[in-house]
Order: sequence, then structure tokens, then C-alpha cells
Amino acid sequence: MNYWPLAGIAIVVAGFALRFNPLLVVVTAALATGVLAGLDLVAVIEALGKAFNDNRYISVTWIILPVIGLLERYGLQQRARAVIEGIRGATMGKLLTIYLLFRQITAALGLTSLGGHPQTVRPLVAPMAEAAAEKSHGELADEDREKVKAMSAATDNVGLFFGEDIFFAIASILLIQGVFESYGYPLTPLQLSVWAIPTAICAFIIHGWRIRSLDRRLGRTAA
Amino acid sequence: MITYEWLYILTGGFFLVWSLLSSRDAKWGNAAFWGLLSASFLFGSHLSDFANGVLVLALVGIAGLGLLKRSDPATTTLEERQAHSGRLGNRLFLPALIVPLTAVAGTLLYNYTPLSESGLLAERRETLILFSLGTLIALTAAMLWLKPPVLAAAEEGRRLLDSIGWAGILPQMLAALGAVFALAGVGDIIGGIAGEIIPDGSIFLTVVVFALGMALFTMIMGNAFAAFPVMAAAIGIPLLVEGYGGNPAVIGAVGMLAGFCGTLMTPMAANFNIVPAALLELKDQNAVIRQQVGTALPLWVCNVVIIYVGAFLLWT
Repeated sequence: MNYWPLAGIAIVVAGFALRFNPLLVVVTAALATGVLAGLDLVAVIEALGKAFNDNRYISVTWIILPVIGLLERYGLQQRARAVIEGIRGATMGKLLTIYLLFRQITAALGLTSLGGHPQTVRPLVAPMAEAAAEKSHGELADEDREKVKAMSAATDNVGLFFGEDIFFAIASILLIQGVFESYGYPLTPLQLSVWAIPTAICAFIIHGWRIRSLDRRLGRTAA
Repeated sequence: MITYEWLYILTGGFFLVWSLLSSRDAKWGNAAFWGLLSASFLFGSHLSDFANGVLVLALVGIAGLGLLKRSDPATTTLEERQAHSGRLGNRLFLPALIVPLTAVAGTLLYNYTPLSESGLLAERRETLILFSLGTLIALTAAMLWLKPPVLAAAEEGRRLLDSIGWAGILPQMLAALGAVFALAGVGDIIGGIAGEIIPDGSIFLTVVVFALGMALFTMIMGNAFAAFPVMAAAIGIPLLVEGYGGNPAVIGAVGMLAGFCGTLMTPMAANFNIVPAALLELKDQNAVIRQQVGTALPLWVCNVVIIYVGAFLLWT
């Protein structure tokens, strides 16, 4: 068997590690993989063009940007902030758990941009979590402060990843549908998205438990 | 009948407007990039595969040379936003909710009433079509309610689009990479290697190898989107679906989620793991990953169990 096409994977790894532009890395890997598999360059460019064209539906979802942008112009993020601030006074554990739930539910409704590291974690979630932790445990050691901040960022990621696939017009669901269809298995997005629910529940339980145990551990070191 | 072709023309129109606004702003790289993408949506179906391929190379060239810039069209100040937010209250969420509600309720209605027999929407395309319809309704509602300046929606959309930049087409590009990998037989090679490792007839072990492959490939490529077509071609479809008769919907959906567990554990997923560490001024670049590993590993185990139970035990 010809194992050379696997070099494309090595190109992706090296390209990302060396921080080249990811689009450039991806296309270079595609061209190299095709050529190493014995196809001529023109055929590979044709395959790339056809695949890019066939997968246009993935990028259709960007037409939502004017709606979100317009609502932001009129204070959508400030509103989201006010809603979360309404639950001030909670402990770090409760605060991050509620943010996890908020992030999972809104992502499941397709509102993936109602969170994120620059928009909510840095200005809002991390400082609030830090303040709540200090309120219950007193002054934090530097190491613990780092953990609280990192856990805030992690909570945003977990909530987003394991909420968004419940919404069935999201790119990953469309990609799964596209791949299975090309092998002759027609599936509807709804059939796929309902199967994201068990994992979403597991993610909430596991990560929620981990947030709580971090909160408890902070209590122990401070005491 | 409304097909994807309509959505491509609609989307092409949006990107065309963004391209024109970029050129008015003298952001030529952005104008060229979004203009080419607009051309792909408007004319892609009528171009030859080679022409589409050259278009892709041109898009990548513009992005690779760093010609895409962020833009800052005129918008409201923080104080104005605060004031609007106070005045408009939680009603601000309503227009945003129109989109998911139209997509969800519309899909359910369409599939479980005689509406599907009308043949109005292309088969199995109804969700994305209804999503686009919801977007148009929400946009109209927001414009009528908030009465912004005429170009405000387009300019605000461009502000968000340019903050995303080339990353906006990365998922589509990774799907294309997956297709080229499939053509070059990468999935088959890995499937062959996996086939030699897994003992014949062991469904559970095959599920484990599939889920492990998704997580590891995602860690290598930094993105579950690139891993999915490869692992589906290597193990998911030939072994789990065709070999052992598993439920394709479970294998596809939960397989992708097993990949997401890999995203939580890799510095390659820079946007999610490295950028926030920088934003939060953490000393350890991998601090966020450290907090995520403890969630990702047990969750990955859950995904293996869900695939095994959902796709095989419950299905047969």
C-alpha cells in the first residue's frame, strides 16, 4: 500500500505548529496529498474546486451576521451582561455552573455569539468568578487565581461545544450530513441533532461537578 | 421548489454587498476576498471544477498574504449601547430568537404535517432553507422595530465578518480537504491500518478505535471538521455502519462530539485554548487546556458508551 498520502497530515501538523495561515496550510496539504496519491496537479485542483463548491452550504449560515450586528448596535451584549449580573452574589461554583447552562442553552438555540472569550469571558465571567471566589475563600494565591480564570475560559468552551450541535443549522451538523450523503446515507439535520442531547447532558454533569470541586478545593487551601 | 441554489444566490448577494462596502472603504484585500467568495456563491454551479479550484487558490492567496484586514465601520458607542439596552430591555433577544424558532418549529411542522407533500422545499434541505427564511424575517423585524440607518445592518454585518476574517471559510475549506483526503484514499489507508489492529467482529473495540481516532485526529488537525471526513471514511462508514449495521445518525453525530473532546485538549485549536490564555493574561499558555482535560476524558468515555448503546444496542 502507498502510505505517502499520509504526508498531508504531517503538513497540517507542521503548518499549524509553525503558525502559517491555516487556509494556506489546508490547501497545501490538500495539493500535496493528491499529488502524492498519484493524481496530476490539474486533477487535484479540480477536486479541490469541486469539493469547495459542493460544500458552500456550510458558509450560508453567515447571513445571520447583519441581524446579530444590528442587535449589538442596540445593546444586545449589554443586555446579556445584565442578565448574568442579575445572578451576582452567587459563589464561584454557582456562577460558573449557571454560565455553563446559559452558554449551552443559547448555543443550542443557535445564538453561539452570545458568549466567547473576548466578548464575555474576559470582561465579565472571569472577573465575576474571581470576585465570587474571593468572597467565599478570602484572598486567593496566584496559582488559584490562574485556575479560576482558566476554568472560566474552559466553561465557555465546554458550554459552546456541547450545546451548539443541538441546533441543527450549525456547520458541524451540515458537515456530518454532507459526508454521510456522499456515501449514500441521506440523513436529516434533525435526526443528527437529537443525538447531541445525551452528550450535552453528560457535559453539564461532568463539567458542573468539576467546577464545584474546584470551588471546594479553593476553600481547603485558603483555610 | 426552493433549493440550495436559491440560498447560494441569496448568500452571494450578501457577500457582494460586503465586498462593495469594503471597496468603498478602500479595503481592497477584503473587497477582493469577499467579492471572490460572492462569485463562488453566485456562479459556482456554472463554473468548471478547474475554475472553481483556481478561485479557491486565489482566496487562499489573498488570505495567505495577509491582505484581509479588520474594519471598523461607524457604530454606536458603549454609552449609547448601554442606554439602548436599558430602554429596550429583554425584548432585544426576541429578533435573535426568531431565527432558531423558525428553523426548529418550521422543520418540525414541515416534517410532521402534510406540508412536506407540497414539495415546496427541496428534500432534506428544509432546515437550512428555513434558517435562511428566519434570518430574513428577523432582519426585517429588527429594521422595522429599531429603524436604523439604511446601511446599518450591512455595515454591522461587515464589522462582524471582518472580525472573523478568513476563519469564516475555514470549515468549508476543511470539508474540501476532507474530500481530497477521501479521493487520495487517506481514509482507506487508515482504515486498513485500523482493520489490522482491531480483532474481527468486536463492535465495541471498533467503536473505541473510531472515537479515539476522532479525538486524536482532532488534536492533530486542531479541528474536528477536518478529522470527521477522514475517520468516517476510515472506520465510521465501512466498519460501523456497513460492517456491523450501526445507526448512521448516532455514529455521525456522537462521533463528531468525540472529536470535540479532542478540541478541548490541543494547543492546535488556538482560538479556543491559546487565545483566551493570552486574553486573560495567564502565565501558563496551556492553563485552559489543563482545566479542560479533566472534563474531556470522562466525556469522551460517555461518547463511546452513547455510540455503543445508541447505534447498536438500541438500534438492533
